[in-house]
Parts: sequence; structure tokens; C-alpha cells
Amino acid sequence: MKRLLFAFILLLTLAAPLHAVQPDEILSDPVLEGRARALSAGLRCLVCQNQSIDDSNAPLARDLRLLLRERVKAGDSDDQAVNFVVARYGDYVLLRPRFMPETWLLWIGPFALLLIAAAFLYIRRRRIESSAERSLDADEERALRHVLERDA
Amino acid sequence: MIAETGHFALILALVTALIQFIVPLYGAQRGDRALMKVAAPAALAQFSLIVIAFFALMHAYVTSDFSLVNVWENSHSAKPLLYKISGLWGNHEGSMLLWVLILSLFGSGVALFGSNLPLELKSRVLAIQGSIGVAFLLFIVATSNPFLRLDPPPIEGNGLNPLLQDPALAFHPPFLYAGYVGLSVSFSFAMAALIDGKVDAAWARWVRPWTLAAWIFLTIGISMGSWWAYYELGWGGFWFWDPVENASFMPWLVAAALLHSAIVVEKRNALKIWTVLLAILAFSLSLVGTFLVRSGVLTSVHAFAVDPTRGVFILMILCLFIGGALTLFAWRAPALKAGGLFAPMSREGALVVNNLLLCTACAAVFIGTLYPLALETLSGEKISVGPPYFNLTFGLIMLPLLLLVPAGPLLTWKRAEAWPVIQRLWAAALATFAIVMILLVAMARGPWLAPFGVALGLWLVLGAAVEIAERTSLFRSPLATSWSRLKGLPRSSFGMTLAHAGLGLAVIGIFAVTAWREEHIVAMKPGDHLNVAGYDVTYLGEAPMTGPNYSGDGGRFRVMDGNREVATLVSERRRFRPGNQETTEVGLLQAWSGDLYAVMGDRMNDGARAMRIYFNPLISLIWLGTFVMFLGGLISLTDRRFRVGAPKTARRLQPAAAE
Repeated sequence: MKRLLFAFILLLTLAAPLHAVQPDEILSDPVLEGRARALSAGLRCLVCQNQSIDDSNAPLARDLRLLLRERVKAGDSDDQAVNFVVARYGDYVLLRPRFMPETWLLWIGPFALLLIAAAFLYIRRRRIESSAERSLDADEERALRHVLERDA
Repeated sequence: MIAETGHFALILALVTALIQFIVPLYGAQRGDRALMKVAAPAALAQFSLIVIAFFALMHAYVTSDFSLVNVWENSHSAKPLLYKISGLWGNHEGSMLLWVLILSLFGSGVALFGSNLPLELKSRVLAIQGSIGVAFLLFIVATSNPFLRLDPPPIEGNGLNPLLQDPALAFHPPFLYAGYVGLSVSFSFAMAALIDGKVDAAWARWVRPWTLAAWIFLTIGISMGSWWAYYELGWGGFWFWDPVENASFMPWLVAAALLHSAIVVEKRNALKIWTVLLAILAFSLSLVGTFLVRSGVLTSVHAFAVDPTRGVFILMILCLFIGGALTLFAWRAPALKAGGLFAPMSREGALVVNNLLLCTACAAVFIGTLYPLALETLSGEKISVGPPYFNLTFGLIMLPLLLLVPAGPLLTWKRAEAWPVIQRLWAAALATFAIVMILLVAMARGPWLAPFGVALGLWLVLGAAVEIAERTSLFRSPLATSWSRLKGLPRSSFGMTLAHAGLGLAVIGIFAVTAWREEHIVAMKPGDHLNVAGYDVTYLGEAPMTGPNYSGDGGRFRVMDGNREVATLVSERRRFRPGNQETTEVGLLQAWSGDLYAVMGDRMNDGARAMRIYFNPLISLIWLGTFVMFLGGLISLTDRRFRVGAPKTARRLQPAAAE
């Protein structure tokens, strides 16, 4: 049943035209409104596929937008307002995951990969250079002398 | 009857693919030329059979034969013809059929145009192509058969999702698939080279046009999808870092890297092992993309677990091919001889940096796309990874790459000096710097970083201009000389410069629209007007309207620039039969300075409508840029070096005819 409901909601959000923020939601203070817009762009609409509440027209997203505006109007800082939502809906609502043990790999991964690959290239380079500068061993000396003598 | 013929042809295609896979591979191992020669006709036969199956299904769609489950689920008799046709690939079964159709098309392309390939290489390449065909044809026949019948047949079909009924989206999947699947040819060449134990300049010259073709198709497919999202979804964005978008973007990034590294193999006989690995990775990412989109794993991990047949099947294909290829790579790659040496500061060195950055940028997209899935599977914890993550990580990695692009083509092979390159680029750098300064002063609005982003794009465009000027020694010699030099430039190098400039245009568009978009969300009644970016926009009112399979309302806006009427925009709300699904059509006025974008929203209580009106500065540059990149690729593809082998066979034939 729950799955059916989920599919139904999905169908609704897919089918309906996507009109997110409505004129009646907008705060009169443009500074507060700007902050609310920026914050809502970073929060996920829980019943949609990969949409922020700023983009979504789902009723739940609208409720969250209104809630966010209430918090901002009440004098919450950005962090406080977001924390208020996270406390109720969990980390899942954050489109920009926090930096915590579970997401260390996520945040550091790409850059670590870049560093490892660069280090690998550097070490290989050094090895090639040192092997290129290596002096000839006995066999090679003999072969070289042989060639030189033959040519002479 | 026609549907059964298609069904039968599909099964025959599977058998043919099996022959194409086994016989030539065995023949190549044994050195049996007769067995090897089976490959080309088998590839052509496989293609013909899939064409029959494809057109059988197409016939069912065009004639609205609802006795087929697939047609009933995804079509409707009142749909316009174009969307009856595109409805074929607007669903799982049909799109997989398109997938194998394109796969076999590329296979027969190798069979037809590969007459200058050594027979052993050609038969191995076609055998690997055949093995991919076996896997996917088996997948279709076993789990996703589009030819299943319904008894009794319903009178009317369920219809196609109206969001998909759009010209850009009608052609988006074929292009995208051509890109995905085109990379299978590079993959097959890589596998054949590993079996063969030989990678040389000739090999790279054969691989490059196929990779280039795939990359061109991906470029056009992705930008079509992005264009569709921009004007059909109706909230003005062009890229959402959606997993489905990422699935197509990752192969594009790696294919771009592969294009560059294959140049090094061709010209300098270096980076061979790496290039083979890239060819494997590029197609692996195509498979991963197919898995992500087709298995339903993205909608939710649970949806995947509830109906896992298809997902598990593709996952098995994925593991088999990627695992098999990497095993073969680990086993055989050491046998490939390392090639020419080069100093870190050289054209080769620059291309290595290009590969390093493109691949880690791709890794960032990969990690971001799959991390939530992996975390939920491993620990049950749910997190979201959205645009802020991708913009930050992907952006940071791409930044140095974009900065270095203009320098790369000016470096010499093997060993290069930095100073001459700096000397050549100082004019472009100075112009870029001046424009940053002007933008910083002029654009009080928007984030302070934006002018630097726009400058970055401009730097790429100017860098490309400098490159052309250098090659034609413009301003240093008479114009006539420069002109004849320009005409004498190899098409591949001209195409490269064009593609780099296109990249720059797209970068300018992306930063400009992100930073300086103007947005109005207001309630409007007929007669109300609004000032948007210098335009005076008046809402004239709405009128009911009807289309072939929908009815709706059209809201009209008059757009004035000063006293001159520029346009009347119409934004529609369409309700589609059956099901009354609603979509929005955007009213769009395109100009070089930017797009005026008007969307009519819901009715408010007092009779007004909620309107969203945007001005998206320079956004056309994004698609112009991707088009220029596509054009660059196309010009490069026509370079005669890629066809250079063909006349050789003709010459070899001549003495035989004279005898």
C-alpha cells in the first residue's frame, strides 16, 4: 500500500506542471525572502524525485517553504532554520550532505583520487628518469664496444 | 502476424549474434581465415534481423495495434504520428530494442568500413561486438519482450507521458543511445588489442573516429535533453545533476578523455596502456548508465528489490563485461610495450593532465551519484547528494582544466618551453582580464565570483582564436597567405579548436545565467504589466485552446521594448487525454542578450494567475556552445587521415586487375 501511495505521489508530481514558489508565499522583506529562497534551494522535497523544495509544487514542499519562511521571519539564522527542518526530517532533506564520518569518503574521495593519481604519475616519472640516467651494465658496455669497434 | 515476425527476427538475431561472437573469435585464435570471415556477414545479418524486429514494433505503434502489451501501455490512437513513433523508445522494452538496433548498426559499420583493418583484428572486434549483442538480446527476449500479446485487445491505449511528447525529447534517446553504444566499438577495439597484445598508431587511428562519433552523438543527445528540461519542465533550469543526467554525462567525460589520449597513441605511440583502460572505462560507464536508468534502482533501492529480475539481469551483464574486461586488462596489459618518452612540460604532458582532470571530474560525478545508494545499502542511512555537492566538487576539479585548455594546443610535442606559450597567450589573457574588470564594475548584482566564471569561458574562446591566428600566422604575414594556410589546416585540428571555443561559449552561458537570472513570481490579472530586464510585459488574458490530444488554456503576454512591440508570448496549460495529465508550455522569446521566459501558473482565489517570468541572460550560449562542440567533432571526423587506409586497398587491387 505504501509503495502504491509512493507511486501515486510520484505520478502526481511528474504529471502536474511544475510551479514551485507561489506569489502568496513570498515575504515582503526582499532580504529575508532572498535568504529563504537560497535555503529552500538546498533542501530536498521528500516526496519528489531529486527536486529541491524550491522547485517542487508538491503540497509538502509548500508546507516546508512556509515553515522555513516562518523561521526566518522569527529571527532564526540560516543554520538554525535548516537545523529546525533537519531535526524533523533527518539528514535526508539536505541536498548538500554534511561533513561527517559517513560522508568523509563522499567529500574527500574525488580529491583524494586526484592526489593519488598525480602522486602515481610523479613516482612513475621519477622511476623512468632514474632508469634513463642509469649507467650501462657490463653486458651493454661490451655490446656498445663491439658496435663501435665494428664501425671503426 | 507482423509482430510475430518481429519476435521471430529478434530471436534469430540472438542466434546470429551468438555465431558472430564465437566463430570468428575461435577462428582468430586458430588462425583460420574462413572462420574469421564469418564475422562481417554475421554482423550484417544481425543488423538486418534487428531492423526487421524494430520496424515490426514500429508498425504496431504507428497502426496503434493495442493487442501488444507494450503498445497498449505506451500509446494512444489520438497521438500525433511523431509521438506514436517516439513512443516506441519512450518505454523500457522499446528503448532496449533501440539500444540493440544501434549496437548492431555500429557493428555492421565496422564490418562495412573496416575493410582496411587486418582480418584478425577486425574479426576479434566484431566478435566482441557480437558478445555484447548476445547479452542484450538475451536480456530483451528473456525479461523485456516488446512483442507480448494481450487477449482480448483493448480498444484504446494508455498514452505516453505528455511530458515526453515533445520534438526534442522524441529524438533525444536515439542520439544518446548512439553515443552510449558507439563507445562499445572503442571497447571492442580495446579488447581485441588486449587479446592481440598489440597497440600501435594504426590501432589508435582506427579507434579515434569511432570514439569521436560516439562523443558527437552524446554531445548532441545531452544538450537536447538539457534543452528539453529548460523549456518543457517550466522552471527555467537547464541542468539538475539528476542521476539520469549524470548517467549520460559520465561516459561523455571519459569519452572526451579517450579522444585526447588516443591522439597521444597515434602521434607519439605513448600512453597505450592507459588508452586501452580508458576505452574499457568509457563503455563500462555506458553500461552503468544503462543499469541506473533501466533497473529502477534510482527511484528507490526498495523498488529495485521488489522487482529485481531486470535489474539483476543488467547487473549481471555489467559485472560480466566490466569484470571480464578488467581481468583481461590486468592479465594482458603488461604485455603491451611502453612507447615514446616525453618531458612533463610537453603536448603529451598537457594531454595527461587533461585526462587526469577529466577522469577525476567524472569520478566526482560517479561518487556523488552512487554514494547515497551505497550508503543506504550498507548502513541503511539515507542521505541526499544534490546540486550543491556537484557544483562544488566537479567545479573545483574542472576549473584548472578550463584554465589550461588554451595552453595545451600551443605546446610542442615531446619537450616544450613555457615562455613561448605565455608570449602567445598574453593578448588573450589581457583581454580576458579587462573584461573581468568591466564586469566587476558594471554588474553590481549577483555573486562576485560570476565575472570570473564568464571570463573563464571568454578565455577559452579567445585562446581558440589565438590558436587559429598562430597556425595561420595571422597579422605576421599577408592576409592571402593566412587564408591559404587556414584552408590547408588539417580538419582535425580545426575541429579541435572549434570544439574548445564551443566549450568556452557554453561556460560563459552557464555562469551568466546562474549568476544574473532575473526572476519574478507575481499574481497577474489581465491588463497588469511588469518590467523584466528592460522589457515591458503585459498580461493580456487567457483563451481556451485545443490540440490533437489535449485541451487547455493559453495565456498571452505582450512584450514591449520601449515603444516597439517585440512579441506576443503564449504560455499554455495543456490537459492531455487520457488521464487529464497537465503540462505547461513556456512562452519563450529568444534573443542574443538572453531569453524572456514566461510561464502561466495556477489560478489564484481572486481570479488572477500566478505568473513566473524570468529573464535568462546569455542562456542560448549554452546550446550554441554545445552545437559548436558538435560541429567541431563533425569537422574533425571528416579529416582525411581517418580514411587514409581506404585508398591503399584500391591500389593493391589494381595490379591484380591488370594481370
